[in-house]
Amino acid sequence: MSLCSLRIDDHEVAIAAGSTVLQAAREASVAIPTLCFLEGLSAVAACRMCLVEVSGSDTLLPACITRVQEGMQVHTATPRLQDIRRTLIELLFTEGNHVCAICVANGHCELQNLAVEVGMDHSRLPYRFPDRPVDLSHPLFGLDHNRCVLCTRCVRVCDEVEGAHVWDVGWRGEHCRIIAGLEEPWGAVEACTHCGKCVEVCPTGALFHRGDTTEEKHSDPARLQALMQARQQQRWNP
Amino acid sequence: MKACLRVCSAASCRSRGAATLQHTLSEAIASAGLEHRLRVKEVGCLGPCSDGPLLAMDASPEAQTQLYGSIPAADAAQLAASLTQAAARHTLAQWCPAGGQRIDLNHPFFQLQRRLVLEHCGQIDPNSIEEALAAGAYRQLERVLQTNNPAAVIEQVQRSGLRGRGGAGYPTGLKWAAVAQSPGTDKLVVCNADEGDPGAFMDRTVLEGDPHTVLEGMAIAAHAVGASRGFIYVRAEYPLAIARLHTAIAAAHGQGWLGMAIAGSRFNFDVELRVGAGAYVCGEETALMQSIEGKRGMPRPRPPYPAEQGVFGLPTLINNVETFANLPALLRLGLESYGRGTKVFSLTGHVRRSGVIEVPMGTSLRRIVETMGGGAAAGRTIKAVQTGGPSGGCVPANQLDTPVDYESLKALGTIMGSGGMVVMDDTTNMVDIARFFMAFCREESCGKCVPCRAGTVQLDNLLEKLLGGRAAPGDLEQLERLCHMVKDTSLCGLGQGAPKPVLSTLRHFRDDYLALVPAETSR
Ligand SMILES: Cc1cc2nc3c(=O)[nH]c(=O)nc-3n(C[C@H](O)[C@H](O)[C@H](O)COP(=O)(O)O)c2cc1C
Ligand code: SF4
Ligand code: SF4
Ligand code: FES
Repeated sequence: MSLCSLRIDDHEVAIAAGSTVLQAAREASVAIPTLCFLEGLSAVAACRMCLVEVSGSDTLLPACITRVQEGMQVHTATPRLQDIRRTLIELLFTEGNHVCAICVANGHCELQNLAVEVGMDHSRLPYRFPDRPVDLSHPLFGLDHNRCVLCTRCVRVCDEVEGAHVWDVGWRGEHCRIIAGLEEPWGAVEACTHCGKCVEVCPTGALFHRGDTTEEKHSDPARLQALMQARQQQRWNP
Repeated sequence: MKACLRVCSAASCRSRGAATLQHTLSEAIASAGLEHRLRVKEVGCLGPCSDGPLLAMDASPEAQTQLYGSIPAADAAQLAASLTQAAARHTLAQWCPAGGQRIDLNHPFFQLQRRLVLEHCGQIDPNSIEEALAAGAYRQLERVLQTNNPAAVIEQVQRSGLRGRGGAGYPTGLKWAAVAQSPGTDKLVVCNADEGDPGAFMDRTVLEGDPHTVLEGMAIAAHAVGASRGFIYVRAEYPLAIARLHTAIAAAHGQGWLGMAIAGSRFNFDVELRVGAGAYVCGEETALMQSIEGKRGMPRPRPPYPAEQGVFGLPTLINNVETFANLPALLRLGLESYGRGTKVFSLTGHVRRSGVIEVPMGTSLRRIVETMGGGAAAGRTIKAVQTGGPSGGCVPANQLDTPVDYESLKALGTIMGSGGMVVMDDTTNMVDIARFFMAFCREESCGKCVPCRAGTVQLDNLLEKLLGGRAAPGDLEQLERLCHMVKDTSLCGLGQGAPKPVLSTLRHFRDDYLALVPAETSR
C-alpha cells in the first residue's frame, strides 16, 4: 500500500494513497466540521461545511471527498473558512425553523453543536420562517420538516444500508423536502421496515421516536459504523 | 433551375404565423400546377428574427436573393394569389410580398458575418437529408472514416484551439484526448442541447436549421474518441428542434450515415434523443448525465470527470451543440482557413435588429451591437451588454470595443458563455437585471448544496429589499459578502455563477445600487 504524506495545518500526516483529506485530518486529530458526511454512507459533498483551502489552488475543496495528494498543504481553519462556516450555519438556521428550546434533540444536535463550534451567537441574515409540515403518520417515528437540514443522510442510509429506499428528495431549490415513497405519508409507505436507521443518523431533531419529548432524542451514528463493520467482517458478536 | 421561395420556419417566425404562411403559399403554387416553376420550402432561421416572418426569394441563379421581412402572415391568401400570378407570368424576380419589407442583404448585419456553423441554416430544408447531402453534409465524416486516423483528428481539433461553446470554454481537443485515453471499449458521446440561459437561442437555431451538421459532428467525435453510442439531450421546450432531430436521425439511419458500418467502414454509431423536463440545472453536465440515466438531475462533484465516469459510469464525451457543429467546417477548411473560428450569438434586447448571427471570433462588441444590430432605438443610448446568462455579467457601454473572445470577456468580469447577448439601453436599472438573474437562479437551484439553495434566496431577498426602497445600512456590504461566499462555496456552476451578475453590476454600475440606499446610510 503506497503512502501519501501531506501537511494539514501544523501536522505532518502520512496516510494511504486514495484516502480523503477528511480521513487524513481525523488521523492527525485535526477537527474539520462536517454535516452531510457520515462514515458508512456515500459522500455527497452537499453541506460544504468541510471546505478547506489547499496551497496553490484558489478553489475551496470539500475535505470529505477530496483525495490526498503527495505534498499537499491543507489549511482547515483560516479566517476565510471560519467566516464561510459561520455563514453556512446561518443559512441553515434561517432556512428552517430551529427552535432549540422545544426540540427533541436539544443538547444532542449536530446542527446546534456546529453553531457553537463556529461561534454563531446570532444570525446576520434574516430568518425566513418557512411554513413546513410535520409527518406523524408513522406508528413509531415522526418527521418534522421544520428541523430538516436536507443533509440526505436518511435518504442514503435507507437506500444504501437498509436497502428499502423509502426516502428521497422532492421538489427543488428552496422547496426541497425529504419525501417518503412517492410523496406519501410515511406511515403509508409499505417499503419502510421500521428499522429506525434514518432516525439514528439524522443530525437534528427532524427525525425522531414518537415517544421523545424535549431533549430526549439521542442520535447514535456510531451504531451505523458498528453495523457496517460487522457486515464487512461478517462478525456479529462483538 | 426553378425558383425557390424559402420561408423561415424557425420558432420565432413560426410564432408569427410562418407555418400557415408557408402552407398557404405552397398549396397555392401546387393547386395552380406551378410546382415546376417555383418551390416553396421551409428553412431554418434566416437571421434577423426581429423582422420576422421572413421570406427569401431565389428567383433564378442569376438574380440576387431577395429577403423580405415583416410579412403580414394574416394576409397569406392575398400573398399566395400574387405569388401564383408572378410564377405564371415568369415575374418572380420582381415579386414583392405586399405589406412586407425588403431587407438589404448588404447591411452589415449580413455582411460582417462568417457562417461556418450556420452555413446551411436558412438555405436547406432541414427535413430533407438529400438537400443536406447536396450541400456537403457527412462528407467530412466520410473522409475521416476513410482515413481512419482518430489520433490525427484529435490533434487537429487540439491545434485549432476550438473551445467548448456550452459556456465554460474548455478546450475541446483536450477533452477528446482524455476520453480517447480512458480505458474501456464502451464509450459514449453526449450532445448538450439543453440551452437554458435566458435570452439564448443559438443551439435551437442550429438544430432547427441544420440538424445533420450536429449529427455529423457527433459522429466525427465518436469515431475520434472510440464511442459507438450517442445521446442528444434536448429540452422539451424545443418541440420543433426535437421533431427535426427525429426526422434527421431516421433519415441518416436510412442513408447509412448512422447505424452499423457507416459508409462501408467498421465504425458503428447510434444516436438516441433524450428530452429534458425543463430544469435549467440539467444543462450542467453531471446533472444532465443523471437525467439521461433516468434519475433526478442533480449535479455531483467532479472529479470523477465525465471523461472517466460519465453516463452509466462509462467514459463519456460531452459537448455543446455548437461545438459539434463546428467540426465539419473545421475539417473541411483545415486549420489555416478555419483560423480562430466563429461564435454564434443570439442578439436580443434593446437593439434595432435582433436575431441569430455568427461572427468571427474576436469581433468587437461594438461591431456586433451597433454596426450589425443597429444600436439602440432613436433617442436612447446603450448602457450595457449582458453576456453569459445567469453566470455571466454586464459589459458597460464604455467597454464596447472589447473583442468577444474568452479572455477579454473574462477580464471584464463576465464570460463568453454560450452566446446569449442581451443589449440594454439607458432606461435599464442594472439592479433590476441583477435581480432578474438572481430570481432565476433561486428558482432553478437544485437544492443539493446549502450555499446555493439558501444563499440565492437570501441574495434575492436582499435585492428585492433594495429595489423596494427598504435598504438598511450595511445591506450593500452584506450583499457583496454573501455573493462571494456563494460563488466560492457552491457545488456546481449554477451556484458558483449565480452571484456573478450582481458582482459584475456592482463593479460597473455601483451608482445604480447606491441610488437605492438611503442617502444617510450610503457611504
Ligand atoms: C447551471 C449550468 C447550466 C448549463 N447549461 C448548459 C447548456 O444548456 N448547454 C450546454 O451546452 N452547456 C451547459 N452548461 C455547461 C456544461 O456543464 C458543459 O460544460 C458543456 O456542455 C460542455 O460542452 P462544451 O465543452 O462543448 O462547452 C451548463 C453548466 C451549468 C453549470
Ligand atoms: S430528515 Fe434528518 S437525516 Fe434526513 S435530510 Fe433532514 S436532517 Fe438530514
Ligand atoms: S450549486 Fe445549486 S444547482 Fe449546483 S448543486 Fe448546489 S444547489 Fe444544486
Ligand atoms: S461534510 Fe463535506 S460537504 Fe458536507
